[in-house]
Amino acid sequence: MKVLVPVKRVIDYNVKVRVKADGSGVDLANVKMSMNPFDEIAVEQAIRLKETGQAEEVVAVSIGVKQAQETLRTALAMGADRAILVVAADDVHTDIEPLSVAKILAKIVEEEQPGLVLCGKQAIDNDMNATGQMLSALLGWSQATFASEVEVAGDKAKVTREVDGGLQTIEVTMPTIITVDLRLNEPRYASLPNIMKAKKKPLDEKTAADYGVDVSPRLSVVKTEEPAARAAGIKVGSVDELVAKLKEAGAV
Amino acid sequence: MTTYGLTEEHQMITETVRSFVEKEIYPHEELVERTGEVPEEIAQEIKRKTIELGFYACNFPESVGCAGLSHVEFALVERELGRGSMALNHFFGRPQNILMACEGEQIERYLMPAVRGEKMDALAMTEPGAGSDVRGMKCSAMRDGGDWVVNGTKHFISGAEHADFVIVFIATGEDQTPKGPKKRITAFLVDRGTPGFTIRDGYKSVSHRGYKNMILEFDDCRLPDTQVLGEVDSGFEVMNTWLYATRITVAAMSVGRARRAFDYALDYAAQREQFGQPIGKFQGVSFQLADMVTEIDAADLLTLAAADRLDRDLPANREIASAKLYASEMLARVTDAAIQLHGGMGLMDDYPLERFWRDARVERIWDGTSEIQRHIISRDMLRALGA
Repeated sequence: MKVLVPVKRVIDYNVKVRVKADGSGVDLANVKMSMNPFDEIAVEQAIRLKETGQAEEVVAVSIGVKQAQETLRTALAMGADRAILVVAADDVHTDIEPLSVAKILAKIVEEEQPGLVLCGKQAIDNDMNATGQMLSALLGWSQATFASEVEVAGDKAKVTREVDGGLQTIEVTMPTIITVDLRLNEPRYASLPNIMKAKKKPLDEKTAADYGVDVSPRLSVVKTEEPAARAAGIKVGSVDELVAKLKEAGAV
Repeated sequence: MTTYGLTEEHQMITETVRSFVEKEIYPHEELVERTGEVPEEIAQEIKRKTIELGFYACNFPESVGCAGLSHVEFALVERELGRGSMALNHFFGRPQNILMACEGEQIERYLMPAVRGEKMDALAMTEPGAGSDVRGMKCSAMRDGGDWVVNGTKHFISGAEHADFVIVFIATGEDQTPKGPKKRITAFLVDRGTPGFTIRDGYKSVSHRGYKNMILEFDDCRLPDTQVLGEVDSGFEVMNTWLYATRITVAAMSVGRARRAFDYALDYAAQREQFGQPIGKFQGVSFQLADMVTEIDAADLLTLAAADRLDRDLPANREIASAKLYASEMLARVTDAAIQLHGGMGLMDDYPLERFWRDARVERIWDGTSEIQRHIISRDMLRALGA
């Protein structure tokens, strides 16, 4: 089985995000960019499937600016076998919308014929949480979102989903799309031998036009603003005081 | 961050080691600082993870099963390790390069176990009476039958408390020269537990708590010829061949630590408000930050450029000395300025700044003092002119 793992280049989770002065978005100039943490979990899961012999090949794909090549190299250094870069924007501030991403991914799936697409449940930059679901609709494949446990057996996959009320276990028919949640695994560091090998692994460069997908935006961002600053907390000396303060604040 | 001349691999090595240091070293730093010890289970965990990642002994060549990093790549590893506690990152093992001088059965007894992480090494040169003046060493070995009998003391021996064996430089004779008597020196491999050889606690140092300096004592310690590393009386050649590049480590680590201190300073300058505005808006502070980052970048480039010369087999003695001198002195200025910028809080152990500042002090002293580096730099230029 071949596993396709889409990865997105996003602002690093450690960076203090700053809104651009004109409110048009987030300032990404000279900011550290990394692989979306949920996608890292997806890459890790794909590599584990390969290590257990359930997958033969792991293909990473990224859609965005040319610099996403670095993100793909990271996936290769973690252990992916090859990568596809789809250049769909010149400006680092351009975000390709989920439907366009899903359409390009659908074309890649047609070409590559993977048995499984593993992706992050959402990207930490805009939290859309849509690409996996849209891809499922476009392909007519089953989907299992928010996975915290994945078991692949033959033409079925058993997936434990983290839903609001707790955990839900479902069975889906392969090929399928699984979007992964935070607790599925802990991604590995790239090992030194894999870092050295990463450059020799194939990385195909394509454009959105190669797949005949129009990536022009359908949505417009009206305004971006900083969240309201959180007021400082207070320290309480005892449980009684804590309860009293909570009552005062009308919280209990 | 400096990216001049660096490739994607360089970037990935940097990021991997940095994230390792942030996740595996930082969380234990306070404990080590408070107790002056590295708990055994933490040491073993760091070692195990380093081996798993293929970074253990990455300064050693592929011929002995290691990563064979170039000097630039290894400098990047050291730079990122420099951000974290030396006591802890000792277990991100980087055995002494000099072990490549092992021959015959020494290879299986010392070199291979060291690069596989099965045995740890330490290097002993300094003595109470022989610091910068290596040839002034008193620790000596006399021939007795087919063996050597060693007597003397070594001190400031980092890593010796964890070492299974120590590479020790010992005087094995004296030549009369027109400039006076000159010691002949030999490198020996000495196993922990060899009769007559004791490793004991050294002094309490202001810098790098938990990264202990140990005292080695030799009292009629008997060593057979099989323990000689390299040739008898060729200690200086062994030293020059293999220890030449190690000063880059001090330079690279100084750069890493300076950047960590700088990150605190920059953040504080943006957050801390006095007189109704962030202190970074005051020119006295902002210009200080500008000077700090400029000096850090300069030291970074000087260090990588010296390493690059080694990779190109160009003479690098002066360049390495310049990098070691400048980076260690830069670190002193940057950690000092970072504290000044934090005011009183900078001295409190709520922040790691007072630790960086204390740790910075030794960098100008060990692996050749600033004065020795200046001597090397100036001699390199003047000797060529016959002066």
